[in-house]
Amino acid sequence: MVDIVKQPGRLRPAPENFLSEEQVKAVASGRRNFLRKSFLAAGAAMAAPMVAQAAEGDPNILQNPAWTTSLGLPVATNAYGMPSKYESQLLRRESPGLARVGGASVSFAPLQGLFGIITPSGLHFERHHQGWHDIDPSKHRLMVNGSDASLIKRAKVYTLDELMRLPSASRIHFIECGANTGLEWGNVAVPTVQYTHGMLSCSEFTGVPLKHLLDDCGVDYKKARYVLAEGADGSSMTRTIPMEMVESGEVLVAYGQNGEMLRPENGYPLRLVVPGVQGVSWVKWLRRIEVGDMPYATKDEAVHYIDLLPNGLHRQYSSVQEAKSVITTPSGGQTLLDQGFYNVSGLAWSGRGRIKQVDVSFDGGINWQTARLEGPVQNKALTRFNTNWMWDGQPAILQSRAIDETGYVQPSYGQLRAVRGTKSIYHNNAIQSWKVAASGEVSNVQVL
Amino acid sequence: MSRFSETLLVVALAGFSAASFAFDNYVGVGRPATPAELKAWDIDVRPDFKGLPKGSGSVDKGQELFEEKCASCHGTFGESNEVFTPLVGGTSKDDMKTGRVKGLSSGELPQRTTFTKVATISTVFDYIQRAMPWTAPKSLKPDDVYAILAYLLNLSEMVPADFVLSDQNIGDVQKLLPNRNGMTTDHGLWPGAAAKKGGIGNGGKPDTNNKACMKNCKSEVLIGSTLPEYARTAHGELAEQNRSFGPVRGTRTLGPEAAKKAADAGTLDLATKSGCMACHGLKSKIVGPGYNDVHARYKDQTDAEDRLFAKVKAGGQGVWGSIPMPPNGHLKDEDLRTLVKWVLSGAK
Repeated sequence: MVDIVKQPGRLRPAPENFLSEEQVKAVASGRRNFLRKSFLAAGAAMAAPMVAQAAEGDPNILQNPAWTTSLGLPVATNAYGMPSKYESQLLRRESPGLARVGGASVSFAPLQGLFGIITPSGLHFERHHQGWHDIDPSKHRLMVNGSDASLIKRAKVYTLDELMRLPSASRIHFIECGANTGLEWGNVAVPTVQYTHGMLSCSEFTGVPLKHLLDDCGVDYKKARYVLAEGADGSSMTRTIPMEMVESGEVLVAYGQNGEMLRPENGYPLRLVVPGVQGVSWVKWLRRIEVGDMPYATKDEAVHYIDLLPNGLHRQYSSVQEAKSVITTPSGGQTLLDQGFYNVSGLAWSGRGRIKQVDVSFDGGINWQTARLEGPVQNKALTRFNTNWMWDGQPAILQSRAIDETGYVQPSYGQLRAVRGTKSIYHNNAIQSWKVAASGEVSNVQVL
Repeated sequence: MSRFSETLLVVALAGFSAASFAFDNYVGVGRPATPAELKAWDIDVRPDFKGLPKGSGSVDKGQELFEEKCASCHGTFGESNEVFTPLVGGTSKDDMKTGRVKGLSSGELPQRTTFTKVATISTVFDYIQRAMPWTAPKSLKPDDVYAILAYLLNLSEMVPADFVLSDQNIGDVQKLLPNRNGMTTDHGLWPGAAAKKGGIGNGGKPDTNNKACMKNCKSEVLIGSTLPEYARTAHGELAEQNRSFGPVRGTRTLGPEAAKKAADAGTLDLATKSGCMACHGLKSKIVGPGYNDVHARYKDQTDAEDRLFAKVKAGGQGVWGSIPMPPNGHLKDEDLRTLVKWVLSGAK
């Protein structure tokens, strides 16, 4: 028989598209080189013409398809373009059992299928505290005031018309929920990178540096060292951020996301952007900024988003997302198609600045090799890394380890638990491990 | 000619940018907030009680309000774990003395409640006032908030049943909070000034110290945990959460039977959301026919799908009696097609 899969330019159909249920099971049960065998088996089973055709070449080449031999659709058929109908698998999804009411829940971004560093706005993860609304921008206001009249020369109100006249900045930043990977503090709990790490997104945000507005209101920076941000949703979510971050110019009152206005689920028409800090501080539907001389101990910094330590104390006002990384391809819940070459790809980020280096291990952390970083590497933004891998069909454990510009090295589970125990819920930035079985199935494991 | 215009342009730009530096504020942008506006929106209450409105409320009044507005989610005694985590429980008289909830470190606590965690009573007042009740936030008057909080304090055994909480005595209650000494800011995750420089936190010093070892970093790989079987299938069909092309496939976790069941459940959900189930039962007539009857009538007809599609979309009358089926133009064609296929395959 002609070894057709060795022919250059071959197309390998997905097993489930042309194999019987039994053959798919055989694939899943761990037969190596299955693709070659099953391709030939399928060819033989499908009778002579198929074999003859296959020997001659790929029918997708030999016979021009409909899209090559007919007229396509006109411009603006979809006035707002949507992904191909073949992309329906990649959706925001909830994790069953995580929350009991959709208005105070999370949907995770499908990191397993995304490329580069920008999260498509429609796939950006969601976390709402009391549901979301599509707010009329002509009726939305931003108020800036002081906890005390002495902290500010004039409390002011701004409309979108006015905010969008001000000097703007556009910057790419990651946003990660403080509880990302929180399900995994004690043990492996969820199957795929969507659920382990999917409370993570990265966008280009456009807005006014908050410093401009505070300057405009005449804030007394000597006394007012804390800033409270408040949302316009039912929960009127509030968080305290330090004035130092505002003074650095990094904090934006943003209206733009990836070239268009923010999506309603992400705070339309106004949200705070607090680079490097957990998502809960990026207050959505932002309606008020108050400057004050002490932290506010709001519900989401006094009851939730506090990190329990083994000694019974809670860390309060924990905000920074420390350096972290994860391999997204291949990752948990995926199956490799065959032995041979793979581009192993993932994401790295740090709330303390730029990613300096990412190392990848294929043997559970005994040996490491440095991955390629896809530049430009940006401050407090996702950084894509890639590295080459030749899978020999043997079991393997894949890991990635990020190092940021401060020199901080992402910790192992053992190191993190040694200081924080297993009940912190928040700020789990441990090294993620994916076990590759001989069958090609990738699963979530924790290496200490 | 062209050189001359470029020179002019450069001069004009230089003049403009010099002028723009002259602005020291944003003229025409923003306006002063009025006192009434500030009063309407500046509702936050700080740990030092700045912002606390005047008022009072009794435990009795609080119980009444709680049962009416809060108990459906939180349970009559704030104990419910059905919708949100419990509000009260897990604290003791000893904790009130020490200001540290012992169960947080001893491992005796099955679940943390609000009062095992919170160190500032202002937090609870502020949150109830701004965000509760769940479906009607900001509908409570200050006296209502005091009353509801008084009831919660009584459930937590911090105040007696005849207690009246007010802006005058809330500071005394703070001194009884069981976990009032339970917070620390001595960590590296606060992005502002360190405590020794007048802020909070340790200035950003991390608590782990991994090294970037590259070769022979350990002698063995210790696997601490693997994915439990129930967790492998708890997130649906993973094959359908990955592309059907590319370097990998999603692992098939459910198999065809379970996948069909999941698809059916999804369609039933779609039917419910689309309003179909208000008039049709899966196996019973409600206003319109049961889907089992529709399935039986059309099962041998080859053009059934298209006919039924048209009928559901446009609405109709007479096939199943005199009560008309309304047109369903609000449904997307693809959803309608899914629903019709589901009905014709014996909706489950």
